[in-house]
Amino acid sequence: MDRRKFTRFHIEVSVQPSLASVIFFSLLAIILAFACGGIIFLFYHISPWVGYQTFFQGALGSWYAFSETLKRTIPLLLVGEGLALAFRAQVLNIGAEGQILLGAVAATWVALFSGLPPFLLLPVMFLLGFLSGAGWALIPAFLKTRFAVNEVLSTLMLNYVASNLVLYLIGGPWKGKGVRGFTYTDTFPEAAWLKTMGITRVPYFTLLVGIVIAVGGYFFLKKSALGFELRVVGSSPETAKLLGINEEKIVFLAMLLSGGLSGFAGVGEVAGIHHLLRHPDHISLGYGYTAIIVAWLARANPLATILTSFLFGALLSGGDALRVSLGIPFQVVSVFNGLILFFLISTEHLSRYRIIWGDTKVVENYDS
Amino acid sequence: MILELILGTLNRALAYGTPLLLATLGEICVERAGVLNLGVEGMMMLGAFSSFVVAYVTSNPWLGILGGAIAGGLFSLIHAFSSITLRANQTVSGLALTMLGTGIAETLGRNWEGKVLSSPIKPFSEDFLSLFPPGVRTLFRDSNLLVVGSIILALVLWFFLFKTKPGLSLRSCGENPAACDALGINVWKVRYMAVFGGGVMAGLGGAYIAVAYRPAWSSGMTQGMGWLAVALTIFSFWNPLYAPLGAYLFGALFHLAFRLQVFVAPEILNSLPYLFPVVALVFVSRLAFRKKIGVPGSLGKPYERGEWE
Repeated sequence: MDRRKFTRFHIEVSVQPSLASVIFFSLLAIILAFACGGIIFLFYHISPWVGYQTFFQGALGSWYAFSETLKRTIPLLLVGEGLALAFRAQVLNIGAEGQILLGAVAATWVALFSGLPPFLLLPVMFLLGFLSGAGWALIPAFLKTRFAVNEVLSTLMLNYVASNLVLYLIGGPWKGKGVRGFTYTDTFPEAAWLKTMGITRVPYFTLLVGIVIAVGGYFFLKKSALGFELRVVGSSPETAKLLGINEEKIVFLAMLLSGGLSGFAGVGEVAGIHHLLRHPDHISLGYGYTAIIVAWLARANPLATILTSFLFGALLSGGDALRVSLGIPFQVVSVFNGLILFFLISTEHLSRYRIIWGDTKVVENYDS
Repeated sequence: MILELILGTLNRALAYGTPLLLATLGEICVERAGVLNLGVEGMMMLGAFSSFVVAYVTSNPWLGILGGAIAGGLFSLIHAFSSITLRANQTVSGLALTMLGTGIAETLGRNWEGKVLSSPIKPFSEDFLSLFPPGVRTLFRDSNLLVVGSIILALVLWFFLFKTKPGLSLRSCGENPAACDALGINVWKVRYMAVFGGGVMAGLGGAYIAVAYRPAWSSGMTQGMGWLAVALTIFSFWNPLYAPLGAYLFGALFHLAFRLQVFVAPEILNSLPYLFPVVALVFVSRLAFRKKIGVPGSLGKPYERGEWE
């Protein structure tokens, strides 16, 4: 407890920051990141003004740009809401990138080699994709609960393994018959393609599922008993123990959901956009890493990931426009990602402080 | 013959393990002070890029090494500021550092892609090596001053951490910062210096790759080594003396993955260096969990005066 005396205003520290301050500091983080990131343009002898104009044109400047943004929003939404659930339980799954790839691999196997009747292809692809992503994520969950292995490291290492697995498949056993020197598989039969909206490359199905799960995830956390347990484990492990909540079960659940949704997103990418399995960097434009920030910016609230995934979808499209029009490498997106994340976590403490203007007052603070 | 083969493999392990060793030593220093920095990969990338550019422009590889070390150190201060001063989440801050570091290096590195250094740091000369017996000659065939320097650094860091007073202060800040604060040790200053030192060493590791090991710029040249260094910090029980063992083991593993490509698909072999730490972490974490060895007591916890638990 500490007493502070102020003359014109006083400062309150609340455990739960208000919605207004969350929004204010989120916007502040993004603006600061863009202000700092603008320096990159100077290295390319491009005025930041022109750079950002190109960026916004490419992100939201036309219907085409909008559809490209939407296309990239979908995987970010699916992965981001899964990670939001995991982060709520303090399970830091950094392996979404690999889990996406596993989903894509499973989908490719179904589409090309399973010999299933055409009408069954898509349902089985999504089912198996979800399971593969979840299965890949359950390895770190098992290691964490059984052997206390830090999940940040194990999930991350498995990303490299998954990437090598895809490279092996497309260069070896699954290499397409008619693709000459290129390393990718044959094209999927059309029954394994997702329908897209009009002439765009935005699949309906995954977008719809993403929105439904965002809403469902929100109510799952808020209303269900399991969701409550998950939140308790995340916010206070001691309380969870007192309440007799099975912490290991929650870790498995968090990994299962986040891994499964990542796998699902991976299926969406190959079935909706590429229609074949190709180089890992092309299947996922770092969605697994960007989704970490999507979830963080949404304060691990599944409903808010609808908004934040769209923001980062726009960031990826804008980054692509910079590459095409100005020749700046796509990795510039990583710079913005890193900066936004930095400013977000740095202002997190500040967002809890509330300045209240008024008369002299003695304030009592009960910290932590 | 067998001996020759072993020495040859060890020779490559030394050459390949050195960047890992440097980065691991840095992370040991940081974590011993109670700060978790997962941004090693980012600092290595930025160190590699800075050193390459400096060495390319000045044609002096040693200036390049210096540039890489300084860049790594300065860059790590971002993490220090957010995790020590602002008490932000250290895991996420480290991730952000990795994203930012690799992002900057690869974005600015575009114009340098494929460029080759005309004056890299060369392995020891034949004349110098001929002073030693043949076994030693084989062992250090591909080594240079940095390789030997990093081994000496491991010894020095061990001596510093466990035998000197400032080293004791550093370790104490990682164990019980509140007690240190009460004794008049400036916890923030010690932690800042530790993070900076870790950044310098990670930068050196990156610089070694770009200026000595593979003196041509290509994006993604650190290949996740920064993450391996974080894992190696745990394997070596936060002790600089054990760090070389782990680093050279990985070096040998990378080398074998390269050598066995004739027999097994390279993608499978390339996965080994990443699968291995996962398996090894199982054993180490179990040991650490049961006997509570090594793990700095306040690792990853920001320190704030007047807070109690």
